[in-house]
Amino acid sequence: MDFSFTEEQTLLRNMVQSFVQDNYDFDSRMKIVRSEEGMSREIWGQFAELGLLAAPFSEELGGLDGGPIDIMVIMEELGRGLVVEPYLPTVVLCGGILSRHASPAQQEANLPGILGGESIWALAYSEPQSRFNASDVLTSAKADGEGYVLNGTKAVVAAAPWADKFIVSARISGEQRDRNGIGLFIVDKSAAGVSTQDYPTVDGNRASEVTFENVAVSGDALIGSAETGLSILEEALDHGIGAICAESLGHMKSLNDATVEYCKTRKQFGVPIGSFQVLQHRMVDMFMEYEQSVSMTYMVNMKLNEGEEERKKAASGAKVQIGKSGRFVGQEAVQLHGGMGMTEELSVGHYFKRLTVIDTQFGNVDHHLKRFASA
Amino acid sequence: MDVDFTSEDQAFRAEVRKFIEDNYPKHLIGADRGDLSKEDFLAWHKILAEKGWVAPSWPEEFGGTGWSVTQKYIWNEESAAFGTIPPLPFGVAMLGPVIYTFGNQAQKDWVLPGIKSGDTWWCQGYSEPGAGSDLAGLKTRAVRDGDDYIVNGHKIWTTLAQHADWMFCLVRTGTEGKPQAGISFLLIDMKTPGITVRPIITIDGGHEVNEVFLEDVRVPAEHLVGEEDKGWTIAKFLLGNERSGIAGVARSKKAIDRLREIARGELEDGAPLLDSSDFSRKISELEIDLTALEYTELRTLASESKGQGPGPESSILKIKGTEIQQRITELTMEAVGNYASPWVPQLDRGDNYLSIGPDHAEGVSQTYFNTRKTSIYGGSNEIQRNIIAKMVLGL
Repeated sequence: MDFSFTEEQTLLRNMVQSFVQDNYDFDSRMKIVRSEEGMSREIWGQFAELGLLAAPFSEELGGLDGGPIDIMVIMEELGRGLVVEPYLPTVVLCGGILSRHASPAQQEANLPGILGGESIWALAYSEPQSRFNASDVLTSAKADGEGYVLNGTKAVVAAAPWADKFIVSARISGEQRDRNGIGLFIVDKSAAGVSTQDYPTVDGNRASEVTFENVAVSGDALIGSAETGLSILEEALDHGIGAICAESLGHMKSLNDATVEYCKTRKQFGVPIGSFQVLQHRMVDMFMEYEQSVSMTYMVNMKLNEGEEERKKAASGAKVQIGKSGRFVGQEAVQLHGGMGMTEELSVGHYFKRLTVIDTQFGNVDHHLKRFASA
Repeated sequence: MDVDFTSEDQAFRAEVRKFIEDNYPKHLIGADRGDLSKEDFLAWHKILAEKGWVAPSWPEEFGGTGWSVTQKYIWNEESAAFGTIPPLPFGVAMLGPVIYTFGNQAQKDWVLPGIKSGDTWWCQGYSEPGAGSDLAGLKTRAVRDGDDYIVNGHKIWTTLAQHADWMFCLVRTGTEGKPQAGISFLLIDMKTPGITVRPIITIDGGHEVNEVFLEDVRVPAEHLVGEEDKGWTIAKFLLGNERSGIAGVARSKKAIDRLREIARGELEDGAPLLDSSDFSRKISELEIDLTALEYTELRTLASESKGQGPGPESSILKIKGTEIQQRITELTMEAVGNYASPWVPQLDRGDNYLSIGPDHAEGVSQTYFNTRKTSIYGGSNEIQRNIIAKMVLGL
């Protein structure tokens, strides 16, 4: 048992932290969010140069041999800056699936583009009716000679407006919610029959409704098999949970720091409002929620590579913690900032909005409490 | 960063598990704390003393085990899983560290061996009727008279003082300046003339706590620990240590296992209560909060093993640990439904007493009522929040 970071991980944290401080202050972030594209290709290119996009992959795949703990370190610092560039969907979700389960040919064709920063990926798995159940798949993949034909709609696909490629879950066989028969397909966004309806989300990100209409893909677009698709997908979503737990630590830390600072300086009744015990205890509760979240984030990221049962339990437990804590810290930070907390010009509300989306992303508290109990 | 146990750790686990199984007194397996005699309380302590395992957290030179953080964690887990009665905290966890940190050589020589062997039972003379959360407001006076102090005052909530041989006590030696400035840390023999112990019966029907009256009690000055008027530093040091051991993670895990067992045996509409989604949700929430606490404690231990003492962060362990203990006992009481109500004190049970309701319902409401103390003692949870606000957040 060991709770310390390696020297490389500490250096990695320092590097990402100073990059975010120097290049991604709140004003720069809001400029990027309000730009037409909604992300910065320049920042993305710098991520590639800094090696962030290669960090978690093994050396054989051209990476820097990191793992979930390195992703955790990176995501936490990206969270502090409310970074919108699609590290999670491209590197953690799709990159993760490709590195763990794609064939050598698929890896060779796709990973260099991710590591080099040339291609952006999105994971198209949720559907309008599926809520948080990844096995609820209506999108169909019909065998057609050597290949497949895809039909269906994917809902709220994060980063899809920027993506060049998708990994799409589609049903090869079976009924709507069967666990078997789901395949994961690599699909070019430019393929004939793919269309997107792009929109912003409340947290400053972008997403799309993605429709597949008779989209023909070759047989080697399938990652793994129809038997393994869902377990590959669920594993990726758990890795996603590990990453957004870390991201939320950055948000909560920023909110707690800002709130304590504000309460020390804001005066009412002739004294700083931080001298009121009722507010002090509220801030202590925020601090404790943060610390408990740190613990659960370490826990899940140390257990992502354990067996399936243990991984599921760890991920769901952590997601419940982060969902509750993120909501609490976000709401209280706005409350303690008073009217200022309601304004668009302060970063507080933006952290709050991202934390609110994180509670829903990959399943909310209720969903993961049930999954925790059944794991 | 990883949570794997090495093969040495696994071997250590097997060793301590076997030691507990082979040596734990048979008549104390599953015993209820409320029914224990003084000898019962000390039985396991003395076996551990023999083995050299009674004070794992002490430095090796004073009799600690030299175990790693992981080994201590395993030891706590195995002890809790078996349900041992742990060594009493007053000597091992509270006074011991004070003596080897602040005591003189003579005090180290006589106090530490008695703590380890269990031959000296210590109690804690901190709170007074007028000094609870505001501990520094204590009024028990110690006035120097030749080679002695003469002590007059009134201590309260003194846990298990009815069994104690000695008391470590905060007394007022100075009245100048801030209230914290005139406090001293004194060791008092409970057999000294002028000491009266009066029981306080708590809402669970038990006798754990007492009042201690001190009337012209003569205490040799050699029993002053540290300097006169400088006892507040020691008092705070002790409270910090008390907090860090207070999380009780392993025992809460065991209590959740028991809760689940009970809920499996209780029926709701003909089906096990455990299968009710409302009830199982509450258990899941508890388990998740406990996991978070477990990792928070491990993080604290990891930083302590690098030489940082328990900081104000240990207040989190106290707050969260006690909240969880209270929720477990509350939910356990809820689980047994109507059979939480019968309440026949041991003393009122004649020879022909027939137990009422299922065995697993026995004592659950007593435990629930008793456990309300945890958020009050050791510095109330509100005081812990004050500590974090001041020491960590700088408010």
